[in-house]
Amino acid sequence: MIAEAGLAALWLGAALCMLQLIAATLAVRGEAQLAGIVRPVAVAQAALTMLAFSLLIWLFVEVDLSVALVFENDHSEKPFLYRFAATWGNHEGSMLMWVAILGVAGAAVALLERKLEERTLLATLGGQAVIGLGFYAFLLFASNPFARLYPAPPEGRGLNPLLQDPGLAFHPPTLYLGYVGLSVAFSFAIGALVTRDVGPAFARAMRPWVLGAWIFLTLGITAGSYWAYYELGWGGWWFWDPVENASLMPWLAATALLHSVTVLATRDGLRAWTLMLAVIAFSMSMVGTFLVRSGILTSVHAFAVDPRRGMFLLVLLFLYIGGALALFGARVGTVREGTRFDPVSREAGLVANNLLLSAVLGIVLVGTLYPLILEAATGTKLSVGPPYFDAAAGPLALILVAVMAAGPLLRWRRDNLAPLAKRLAPAAGLALIVLIAVKFVAPSIHILSLLGLALAAGLALASVAPLWQRNLRRTPLFVWGMVLAHLGVAVSLAGMACDSSFTVEKLVAARVGETVTVGPYSVTFDAIDPTFGANWQALQATLLVRRGGGDMLTLSPQARTYWAPPTETSETAIHTALDGQLYTVLGKQAPDGRWQLRLWWKPFVTLIWAGGALIAIGGTLALIGRLWRARRRPQEVWL
Amino acid sequence: MTGYAKWAPLVAFILLGSALTYGLAKPETTNIQSKMVGASVPSFTLPPATAGLPGLASSDLTTGQPHLLNIFASWCVPCAAEAPQLKAIADAGVPIVGIAIRDRPEALQRFLARNGNAFRAIGADDASQVQMALGSSGVPESFVIDGKGRILQQVIGPINSQDVAGLVAAVKAAR
Repeated sequence: MIAEAGLAALWLGAALCMLQLIAATLAVRGEAQLAGIVRPVAVAQAALTMLAFSLLIWLFVEVDLSVALVFENDHSEKPFLYRFAATWGNHEGSMLMWVAILGVAGAAVALLERKLEERTLLATLGGQAVIGLGFYAFLLFASNPFARLYPAPPEGRGLNPLLQDPGLAFHPPTLYLGYVGLSVAFSFAIGALVTRDVGPAFARAMRPWVLGAWIFLTLGITAGSYWAYYELGWGGWWFWDPVENASLMPWLAATALLHSVTVLATRDGLRAWTLMLAVIAFSMSMVGTFLVRSGILTSVHAFAVDPRRGMFLLVLLFLYIGGALALFGARVGTVREGTRFDPVSREAGLVANNLLLSAVLGIVLVGTLYPLILEAATGTKLSVGPPYFDAAAGPLALILVAVMAAGPLLRWRRDNLAPLAKRLAPAAGLALIVLIAVKFVAPSIHILSLLGLALAAGLALASVAPLWQRNLRRTPLFVWGMVLAHLGVAVSLAGMACDSSFTVEKLVAARVGETVTVGPYSVTFDAIDPTFGANWQALQATLLVRRGGGDMLTLSPQARTYWAPPTETSETAIHTALDGQLYTVLGKQAPDGRWQLRLWWKPFVTLIWAGGALIAIGGTLALIGRLWRARRRPQEVWL
Repeated sequence: MTGYAKWAPLVAFILLGSALTYGLAKPETTNIQSKMVGASVPSFTLPPATAGLPGLASSDLTTGQPHLLNIFASWCVPCAAEAPQLKAIADAGVPIVGIAIRDRPEALQRFLARNGNAFRAIGADDASQVQMALGSSGVPESFVIDGKGRILQQVIGPINSQDVAGLVAAVKAAR
């Protein structure tokens, strides 16, 4: 019954989505009496998708094995949290979550958006309905999550044990909130192109949505990176895996959009460019979804490889992205040109930011798709890895950081180089001091790491400079937000540079009782014992860890075996200190009885994710600040 | 933005979309061609893995007679599932030699008693050294090797019943 109710809710939702599209289209063309129903329909549609999604969660929590999807991905012995999270740890469930979030985003626009001109809003909701319809069709015709299985098997097939992790349980929803949040920006751009209403009011209406989606993307990427770091046991935090790139590309586009929309809101510049970026940001989300779901690129995330589904998604991709770009080509000529600005100005700084972010985006896109294109052209198979991405994107990212230090210190409209240089002097001085000091301490450091550390120091100082000589209690919240977010980039960059240049790695074959030194720690291999959990058994090493004359700590890395489905994973054990992490992995036993231990001392590696969190907190402050000010002074032009 | 420039994003996307369509439509090749195909087997000498059968050395594979080399282990479930197919191939007159990975003589004895013995010789590779030198990353894997000791084909994973005829033909053709 529950599965059928879910399917019925999905069909009804699709019908309402169709109604939303038709009513919005007619209303935009002048049928004023239809305008009233668009918002309620959008809300009802969201309620139905949420109902369908909740019912699927119910089926997973109750382990209803007569539903094929539950059988494939659930198991009665799995803890509650993972039965719950298993709902979206698979293709159909995650696509239903995507549609549910899309519906909720549309409803939120319908309920909350008051700044946008009515016709543009209706066109936006129409755009949202077009996107929704395609994904409804995808669910109903190619990925029905509620399909029954008869007879019902006695036990489920479990969930990928790598995904049985609290962090990962909430990683996909966070990323999806970001991806789908960008659909709102996309629909705004479509709405604005349809009604030719592009200006500061439009930008101010769009900005909170971009900011919200961007915060979730930032959190999702940061959490995903930390998950890969401690769960995969490879000691790295970013692998340039196609799926990581699929989340990075929308983030790069959204970051560019966030800055260009500020130029549009504040100075009425960059009109066509902002529309373009809004289209690209969500397009990148869809391309990302396509790359992950179609199995076109091999990846650790390829848990739903099915070319037919891939073809369906590809058709949607052509319709949406192609349609939006065609609309852009046809209409952008009629969008009035925005205000011009001086080459030395805040606007120009933001343009430089946008160009650099777009260039990095292009590099990542080319690197991700190059194997595919090369195979199409010559038949050669290859993979593109860190050497390309680091070498191509690294230097541009460092230039971006330098621009980032200068940007907030520039004045809007027109500025001069001499006073800018004066404002930047302390930061540049600090960067130079750090550069010389690091080169002196570690002469063989890689040039990118060296520049990274120096620029991180300079950026940190330059980031807080906008607060200089300001009344801190009267400083608007969104300025604090910008300061924190930029500071976060500096913190994260410092962490990356420290990790790549100062990490100490030891791979040893140890007998019980032996002691190994790694970085400032001495690690004693005390014991190895079997242990077990709800649905796994493991060998667990007991490592006694001591730093200098400090307290003795115990770390217990495990080599785990899950039995449904049978999979081996290594559970890392990590000790976090103020100045870094000790990262331990238990490997296999050698024929002579010794055990492989991999030990890393990673100084300041935590800064990478602390910076990510800081960026997200900055974004949240900015969002709250913007919304609060809009509520208090709705007519004011924000500066 | 004026003139043709405004259509540039659409053109770029269509090019990208075409590449993706091609990538999706092309027949999928899951067989990864081993770099060892065409190369000679590395030289090795392995002791007998169990009583009653000789061990295996690379010189046994250069006698002028082609072989099927099977890499397996008694603790490997797919290897047991593969045993009837190996038997069928042996019955068709193909000499099969084995390399047992990280195995124990008693366990191997039980495995052969339970699943039948298709092997003329089994070498014990307790540290996976020969397995790695052959470019094999798991069990079971099988290699078609010609009379001069060159690797002609690598089968990753268990041999299915529909693969039997093809493998028999491949070994016979290698003469």
